[in-house]
Amino acid sequence: MPSIRASAEAAAAPAVLSLSGLTVTFDTPRGRITAARDVTLAVERGECLGVVGESGAGKSQVFLAVLGLLAANGRAQGSARFLGTELLKLAPAALDRVRGAGIGMVFQDPMTSLTPHLTVGGQIAEVIRRHRGVGRAAAHAAALTLLERVQVSDPERRMQQYPHELSGGLRQRVMIAIALSSEPQLLIADEPTTSLDVTVQAQILALLAELKRERAMGMVLITHDLGAVAGVADRVAVLREGCIVETGPVAAVLKTPRDPYTRTLLRDTPRLDADGAPPGAAAAPPGSPAALRLTDLTVRFNVGRGWFGPHARLTAVSAVSLELYAGESLGVVGESGAGKSTLVRAALQLLRPAAGRVVWMGQALADLPQGVLRALRRDLQIIFQDPLGSLDPRMTVGEIVGEPLRVHAPHLDRAARAAQLAAVLRRVGLTAELASRYPHELSGGQCQRVGIARATILKPRLLICDEPVSALDVPTQQQIVTLLAHLKRESDMCLLFVSHNLALVRQLCERVLVLYLGRMMELAPAHSLYTRPRHPYTRELLAAVPIPDPDIQPARLARARPGEPPSPLSPPSGCVYRTRCPHAAPVCAERIPEWEELPDTRRVACHRWRELP
Amino acid sequence: MNEHSPGGARGLWRDAGRRLRRDRVALAALGVIVLVALFALLAPALSPWGYESLDWQHLALPPGASAAHWLGTDRLGRDLFVRTLHGVRLSLLISVLASLVSLVIGVLWGAVAGLAGGRTDGWMMRLVDVLYSLPYLFIVIILTTLWQRGSIAALLLALGAVGWLTTARIVRGQALALKHREFIEAARAVGVPAPAILLRHIVPNLLGPVLVYATLIVPQIIVSESFLSFLGLGVQEPHASLGNLILTGAQEMESAPWMLLVPAAFLVVLLVCFNFLGDGLRDAFDPRER
Repeated sequence: MPSIRASAEAAAAPAVLSLSGLTVTFDTPRGRITAARDVTLAVERGECLGVVGESGAGKSQVFLAVLGLLAANGRAQGSARFLGTELLKLAPAALDRVRGAGIGMVFQDPMTSLTPHLTVGGQIAEVIRRHRGVGRAAAHAAALTLLERVQVSDPERRMQQYPHELSGGLRQRVMIAIALSSEPQLLIADEPTTSLDVTVQAQILALLAELKRERAMGMVLITHDLGAVAGVADRVAVLREGCIVETGPVAAVLKTPRDPYTRTLLRDTPRLDADGAPPGAAAAPPGSPAALRLTDLTVRFNVGRGWFGPHARLTAVSAVSLELYAGESLGVVGESGAGKSTLVRAALQLLRPAAGRVVWMGQALADLPQGVLRALRRDLQIIFQDPLGSLDPRMTVGEIVGEPLRVHAPHLDRAARAAQLAAVLRRVGLTAELASRYPHELSGGQCQRVGIARATILKPRLLICDEPVSALDVPTQQQIVTLLAHLKRESDMCLLFVSHNLALVRQLCERVLVLYLGRMMELAPAHSLYTRPRHPYTRELLAAVPIPDPDIQPARLARARPGEPPSPLSPPSGCVYRTRCPHAAPVCAERIPEWEELPDTRRVACHRWRELP
Repeated sequence: MNEHSPGGARGLWRDAGRRLRRDRVALAALGVIVLVALFALLAPALSPWGYESLDWQHLALPPGASAAHWLGTDRLGRDLFVRTLHGVRLSLLISVLASLVSLVIGVLWGAVAGLAGGRTDGWMMRLVDVLYSLPYLFIVIILTTLWQRGSIAALLLALGAVGWLTTARIVRGQALALKHREFIEAARAVGVPAPAILLRHIVPNLLGPVLVYATLIVPQIIVSESFLSFLGLGVQEPHASLGNLILTGAQEMESAPWMLLVPAAFLVVLLVCFNFLGDGLRDAFDPRER
């Protein structure tokens, strides 16, 4: 363990970063807010400290204070020493020098941290020239080396590209390259993988773990995901409401947590290897008609608009067919760009499909007149990904949740409407007095409950959840999933649950559909999918899900497979997954694999599934 | 980190109201506008003179020279106090009404174009472009000649017809951005009919910037009206507007400067106040502003 060696050295050399009694406060018009209270921690050379907590716990503010980057109304007290130098008392110019040469920073959103109108290579080279005082050509060469080091494919070409031309994962690699360019002693990564897909997340975390070992620098990984911590960190500090509630070696904190809050966090983190089988196969009586049937559904988008029609056509969903039976819950998983959201929007006729049919209870939705379809919408409801964005900022919670009643039950009088409103708010776990609040006054979890209340006030028969928890904290995620499971048990509605988190889908769904670049890869009962995935892509997805267990996770990370989905504008020929598939054969480039039905009711689209172990 | 503020119920409107109340300059500007408007409505009754009555004994009387004419008279012996206030009345009426006309047309046109999108949007906005490209005086001249010269209805129509173009563009841009927000999609998924989406979800959400813009077009229209009157296309004698008062005043500038200065002072005060109010509203509706 590198941490043992590191702590032996620490007796002699000062810690890379040591905070003692650090308190961060903000002066606001409504009084002083304490973001962090009396935080004491240390990061040794070659050690990674995982800082865990919910949003609002003050994780980021502590390290922004260390860097002198607090907002204008923020103040830091206490002590923060970087290699023995007190940072809090440094003049801005001196702090700039320390920060530039000694501390690298990687933020959550790589797009906002990169300048949009400069090429990637130019931005890296600029930093290198500033820090190392070398010439243009040397800086260019050094930038190229750095991009190779962070495993950017085709680095020469990437140097000439602009940030918007890169995928999220590549942008984050570029950010890491910039952070490394000054050869820092300390790297602070603030939620570096939160906005990325699981597969890319695993790659970035693996890269960070490698860099830490290779450069013997100190590293701080700020995250709300215990799975991420388990794979990379040597020690963990758990923050709650600005205070450290528990700190220690990663194995001790994650395996034998002492603080009740750490236990709550661990319990709420969904695990792929959890005990208990996923929900059993739905009791769909054989021969009973499907409630929702999609047949060869295809959705295309026009990209760009010129004088002579669109510049290109993008096939977001390609010939997807599935059936959903009454009372069943189906998970739809895949990376971003897989067409998950497009698929459910087309199913609801919020998007017009280019081909294929959507049949709900025997009625083809596309053939229905607008008025009939609108009336039918009371049965087909959806919960959105962005809890705040899906609520009208100018409406109160009561108006938002009551809108479906206004549309579909205009005959109700005021009292009946109020009674239904109160009942649905109670059902989703909100108090009645929230009805007069505005969305921006609620927390993310409360906003999502409002969205669920709006979607369920009319007791729909199909509830589509489009990544309903991906914008929420881990404990809040768990609460929302529990609520959805509860609502589903109460009624016989069907659930279509879209997520990129396989561990969450496992808790809720009886069957799972895996999509890649708009095509179906595998559709299987949850139990067999998780225990014996057939499609190589399903295997890759499962392997990438982090498990909050420090004994297993580092090895899982080390096996993370490289590669990201190609652009949907130019999908590979044959099997779309073949460019990333470890088992690709010549036949995969020639023919599109068929959608085969296996004996155990699962379906797979792969040429080689029979030959795989 | 999530930033959500604790504390009692607030809304964007209430917040904006509170910020506006804290903005002394904007509040003072609003107060002055209201005072001037009330004064223009009520004060002429205090004077024995009407806006077209001639006092042959006192031609071109400077202010303060006679107790009967507080602000003097013009070359025809008409009381300048009464005429200026009548001018303020007419100018305010025309500018506020024309702003309303351009606001209603512009908001509806822009919101429908933005929400409809595609070909409908294309055609609606091309029409706006065509009207934009015609010289605005040209449109005004055509419209005013269709009616009787100096008809207030024609003037209103002409000013409103030109004013809504910019509003429509602003609103369409806002509506386009709003259309792809998830809460609009949520409304469609609930089954809210398109007109209700427009009126219940789109329009309230773009009203903030539009209201701000409205306070900025009021002074613009006062100036336009003055300019048209100056050209002889606007309000005609014996009616008075700030524009034609300044026009006649300018001709007498050397011998009787007060004929220019009195209406010009009112115009300047109103313009400055409307601009301050507009600035205040812009800040009040911008949540990033502290």
